[in-house]
Amino acid sequence: MVNFSLAAATPGGPAVVAPPGVSFAEWRDYLALLKPRVMSLVIFTAACALLVAPGHIHPFTAFVAILCVAIGAGASGALNQWYEADIDALMKRTANRPLPAGRVAPQEALAFGIALAVGSVVVMGLGVNWLAAAILAGSILFYAVVYTVWLKRRTPQNIVIGGAAGAFPPLIGWAAVTGDVTTLPWLMFAIIFLWTPPHFWSLALFMEADYSAAGVPMLPVVAGVGPTRRQILGYSLLLVPVTLLPWALGLTGAVYGSVATVTGVIFIARAFAVWRNTASLPAAMGPEKALFKFSLLYLFLIFAALVADRWIGA
Amino acid sequence: MNVDWTPEQTAEFNRRRRSRNIALAVFLGALVVLFFGITVVRMIK
Repeated sequence: MVNFSLAAATPGGPAVVAPPGVSFAEWRDYLALLKPRVMSLVIFTAACALLVAPGHIHPFTAFVAILCVAIGAGASGALNQWYEADIDALMKRTANRPLPAGRVAPQEALAFGIALAVGSVVVMGLGVNWLAAAILAGSILFYAVVYTVWLKRRTPQNIVIGGAAGAFPPLIGWAAVTGDVTTLPWLMFAIIFLWTPPHFWSLALFMEADYSAAGVPMLPVVAGVGPTRRQILGYSLLLVPVTLLPWALGLTGAVYGSVATVTGVIFIARAFAVWRNTASLPAAMGPEKALFKFSLLYLFLIFAALVADRWIGA
Repeated sequence: MNVDWTPEQTAEFNRRRRSRNIALAVFLGALVVLFFGITVVRMIK
């Protein structure tokens, strides 16, 4: 296979260096800039809020809203990769992304990200409503500027505050239907916000070497594995009661309440297992890997239960 | 374009450029459909 690169050479062999203004990227490289895997979670939580919100929305308008959320999230991902190309090149997990691998030029990625960000906000405003568009713009700016530029390289609390960026989609989905934001979407925001630290820190525990090599001050790198495990437990103990609030406040019914209770007990049990683990080698971090995997299923079940509750109860 | 590429490299470059152009055409077509749909829904309202 021909090794095209914007850089002089890559580990795969001598590369063909791009003349100025010539792009070696494939369409797949632009798709990779959008971080499709992150996008899927964003689409799911926004779609759930859209289905839970009271009122009616035309199916095509709903499709436009979800599409704009997806494109906006993709734009955030592209801007994030543009800014972080230097640290992505240092981590095994991210070294083959289009920018560090040299298949896409930095200015191309920046222009791509800005164009998609502006386009998604404008289409959301014209096709859905301007409140949803404003929240979408806020979430893109929060992820690209507050998290990526200000927090990620400066503080081990990067994930905590940056988690808010991933928590915006339910607000957007709700606002798309109702034109306002009430208690339940804010609780959905709080659930994702509090879910993010245990989710990412459990990953960071067994990927600590990667973050350390890249100089990213993730909590396990800066504070060590013990304090990280205590923080995971602490946030899990905060998260589960918050997931029960929609039921306690009478905003949802027994279907959601049962799912949130059962999965919450499992989540806390897994967080306790992480807290009790003393291993520092990734190979012995079974509880951390288990919590990381379960946290994905947990968020999926919580949001799916909100939708099921609304439609079964209706 | 005055570059010193082998025929294999030129063929690969052309393949990649073609894939980008097709993706761009699909994207622009989708944008037309999207704006048409938004307009129709707005008129129905």
